[in-house]
Amino acid sequence: MSASLLLQATITPSISFSSSVSNSVKLSRVGFNPTRNARRVGPIQAKIREIFMPALSSTMTEGKIVSWIKSEGDLLSKGESVVVVESDKADMDVETFYDGILAAIVVGEGETAPVGAPIGLLAESEAEIEEAKAKAKNSGGPAKISEVPATKSEPAPVSAPVAEVSAPPADGPRKIVLTPFAKKLAKQHKVDVNSVVGSGPFGRITPGDIEAAAGIVSKSVSVAAAPVASPVAAAAEPVKAAGKSSFAEIPGSTVVPFTTMQAAVSKNMVESLNVPTFRVGYPVSTDALDALYEKVKPKGVTMTALLAKAAAMALAQHPVVNSSCKDGKTFTYNSSINIAVAVAINGGLITPVLPDADKLDLYLLSQKWKELVEKARAKTLQPHEYNSGTFTLSNLGMFGVDRFDAILPPGQGAIMAVGASKPTVVADKDGFFSVKNKMLVNVTADHRVIYGADLAAFLQTFAKIIENPDSLTL
Amino acid sequence: MASLSISLSSNLSATRSSNSISDLYLSSSISPQSLRFCGLRRAAFTPLKSSSSKQLVSKQCRGKLSVCASANGTVSGGFDYDLVIIGAGVGGHGAALHAVEKGLKTAIIEGDVVGGTCVNRGCVPSKALLAVSGRMRELQNEHHMKAFGLQVAAAGYDRQAVADHANNLASKIRNNLTNSMKNLGVDILTGVGSVVGPQKVKYGKAGLPDTTITAKNIIIATGSVPFVPKGVEVDGKTVITSDHALKLETVPEWIVIVGSGYIGLEFSDVYTALGSEVTFVEALDQLMPGFDPEIGKLAQRVLINPRKIDYHTGVFASKITPAKDGKPVLIELIDAKTKEPKDTLEVDAALIATGRAPFTKGLGLENINVETQRGFIPVDERMQVIDANGTLVPHLYCIGDANGKLMLAHAASAQGISVVEQVTGHDHVLNHLSIPAACFTHPEISMVGLTEPQAREKAEKEGFEVSIAKTSFKANTKALAENEGEGIAKLIYRPDNGEILGVHIFGLHAADLIHEASNAMALGTRIQDIKFAVHAHPTLSEVLDELFKSAKVKAGVSSPVGEPVSV
Repeated sequence: MSASLLLQATITPSISFSSSVSNSVKLSRVGFNPTRNARRVGPIQAKIREIFMPALSSTMTEGKIVSWIKSEGDLLSKGESVVVVESDKADMDVETFYDGILAAIVVGEGETAPVGAPIGLLAESEAEIEEAKAKAKNSGGPAKISEVPATKSEPAPVSAPVAEVSAPPADGPRKIVLTPFAKKLAKQHKVDVNSVVGSGPFGRITPGDIEAAAGIVSKSVSVAAAPVASPVAAAAEPVKAAGKSSFAEIPGSTVVPFTTMQAAVSKNMVESLNVPTFRVGYPVSTDALDALYEKVKPKGVTMTALLAKAAAMALAQHPVVNSSCKDGKTFTYNSSINIAVAVAINGGLITPVLPDADKLDLYLLSQKWKELVEKARAKTLQPHEYNSGTFTLSNLGMFGVDRFDAILPPGQGAIMAVGASKPTVVADKDGFFSVKNKMLVNVTADHRVIYGADLAAFLQTFAKIIENPDSLTL
Repeated sequence: MASLSISLSSNLSATRSSNSISDLYLSSSISPQSLRFCGLRRAAFTPLKSSSSKQLVSKQCRGKLSVCASANGTVSGGFDYDLVIIGAGVGGHGAALHAVEKGLKTAIIEGDVVGGTCVNRGCVPSKALLAVSGRMRELQNEHHMKAFGLQVAAAGYDRQAVADHANNLASKIRNNLTNSMKNLGVDILTGVGSVVGPQKVKYGKAGLPDTTITAKNIIIATGSVPFVPKGVEVDGKTVITSDHALKLETVPEWIVIVGSGYIGLEFSDVYTALGSEVTFVEALDQLMPGFDPEIGKLAQRVLINPRKIDYHTGVFASKITPAKDGKPVLIELIDAKTKEPKDTLEVDAALIATGRAPFTKGLGLENINVETQRGFIPVDERMQVIDANGTLVPHLYCIGDANGKLMLAHAASAQGISVVEQVTGHDHVLNHLSIPAACFTHPEISMVGLTEPQAREKAEKEGFEVSIAKTSFKANTKALAENEGEGIAKLIYRPDNGEILGVHIFGLHAADLIHEASNAMALGTRIQDIKFAVHAHPTLSEVLDELFKSAKVKAGVSSPVGEPVSV
């Protein structure tokens, strides 16, 4: 197997690589040559590339250099294996994307570096080798100069808790004893064990203690409850689970950690508790909409597109419902109406966004929706495609749900929960009974910016559009 | 290294004994299903009544085994016995059966229980525990079960029932062994045996007068006991050896295992499956010394890292105090090189798995001027005992753990058979490099021959080239059907002549797979020949098939065995 090196394009000479070097090994090399440094401040167009520690698996945070296949001074050509890296899963040959000369090895064999940290330097021509070597030398120098963003700042915090865990503290006031599994969990969840009080025999820290400290509620998810998670359940459960209080242990239960998506849902749901929300429900007659749907269905129009379009048109008349409150002091009126639609996908929940839903026509909207759903299934949605919504639509009608109550996603002003359309006996003003299809919609809104009358007016407009849906097709 | 973990020959010995006497079926609890019988298929005799099966068997055996019914041989030269074996473990048992087959009048002296370490306190009961742990592991692995579409409610276990299973298995195998020898007419003499002079042995129980017997040849097969390092106080409850651990009287929440060889690894598999957390203490710088480094590394990734196990390497446990007075088990660790104190562990229990020490005390070796070396009895390559002057002691042999050559049950048995061949006039030297070894973790590890560093060292010295071939279980249909694609097989060979130097397997049923390689090595089969052998599809054995096929042998170059094979 092989993976490709992440090579950073031309770097400016003033960058130091110090953060890449594992602290323990090279801290002694503090020799940072000031004259050399001064000389290199000028704009030198050296083509020196950093060879990064690649991420060989989704769970890999650091890698160990098993061996360098090439040594310093070797000529590398694109696609050649350069170094063998041991991840948490396997040893892999790592190959280069560029031609060049391996100018310097920054992280030696047997040493470990965090993912994204430079492990070697690649010079484009022999002339740059010395330059690169100088950089490598200085890499043990003042670490904080590093200008390389993002990945650079990470290594230190990642490795710190690990060191604390593995190195048994010297005879301090209290000897910290962790069981092997507790040690693993502490490392995994980055729990500072010094702050954990052990509840096990002889005051030792048990896996349960670490889980409690990490805010993981273990052993509350029963095996049987696992299957069939409707979006509602997915949305509601994390709220409970994220609480830090510990619950009684039920023997034989299984703990399944959240996926990234589920963790994100959980976080958003807890955040939503900070917003004062209220709900307004409204019955909408759908006979006309149903008739229209039958007509446009063959043209690829979905019910989701119809509802999104209707909501967007109503929002256009009630911009306050499309606004949001970001800081508790101001209204933020959004210039476009982007309808996010909640979708349950395998093991999670995501909200692809139909941008400018009021402007696009029904057919384009349907087409766009189809694309988004496919991307969501393939997990290839770009962030702007799921986090740019200004109003959310959640429809559980297809399950036969007659009414439900949605949680307002942070950053938005309102969310509409749509129930199933059902034949209902209605009495008109003359006292005649008839059976009409009615669906209940229920909007949850942030009362800091959207008041009851706003919502009521918006719903009235929405109901009118649904009941006279011809405008949807215009 | 020790004999504990090796899967032994209980089936093998039962088969062999049944070749001679069919009474075994009646008296022992072995079901006929487990036997292969003079080339007969099981269907040929299962429906028969015992008497007829006996006849049938004797008929079948007649030409092949002269001792079929006559049992023990007759003695020549005025000795009480042709062969006396001290110690009725797997080694002694194997030697006794072969001796009877060769027509020798044979006695076996046992001071404890028949079966020795392997059957009573080693490989056999540990296999029972590992069978439980394997199933627990599978049932607890929800992901694994889900991948099969299975739904299983929470798995649990009853400690006493698990312990009983191990104990029952040991007594079943012990009975089989005893009966197989009794039925062949081997005299089982009870008491502690010792050598009183050349060709003279005495035995007796404590407090009773000893009996002295003479024998043309004597085999010492007294085996070994768990090695307990200095400073370790074993109380049998919280600080234990494998002897105690196999009784499974407790399942501690957190146990330290001192030593990460076969014994330690197997127990870590058992304990973690039953819910314990495990800490390894290993004196060497890496876990699993003795295994091929590459296999060890992979095994660590699968057997150690994802489990509730941590470890300290490069440290000795200098002092271990059992739990008492409300205090936990205390383990003092010192640096293996500098001897400086490093750490103190406080745990619920400690298992000492630092290897095994030969059991050679009270054997009367001083009577024949033999000095043990670190307890081991020095022998030559034919297992003949060497005395203090460096000369061979006539008619005295030592096999198994007591000579320390290769502390594995089946090695002892093979050495015993080799000695019997010797004394019946067939010169025989056992090729120890062709003896396989296995560690019954989940998945299993097995090996035969040299490790890669050993092979490279040998190649350097003798000036030949070494090549490596590897195959993965991920490419094997059967392994994938079982959702057990984790594992590799590794072949170390000479590309010039196709000689197999070593094979190492880590993966599903590795212990059963190794024999194709070990047999090839024992018989001198070369890769260019064995690669034409056909394997049933789809089976795990295709892992080895592919391994041999992926080897690149320079055919025809100085190879004496590179003849074409007609298919």
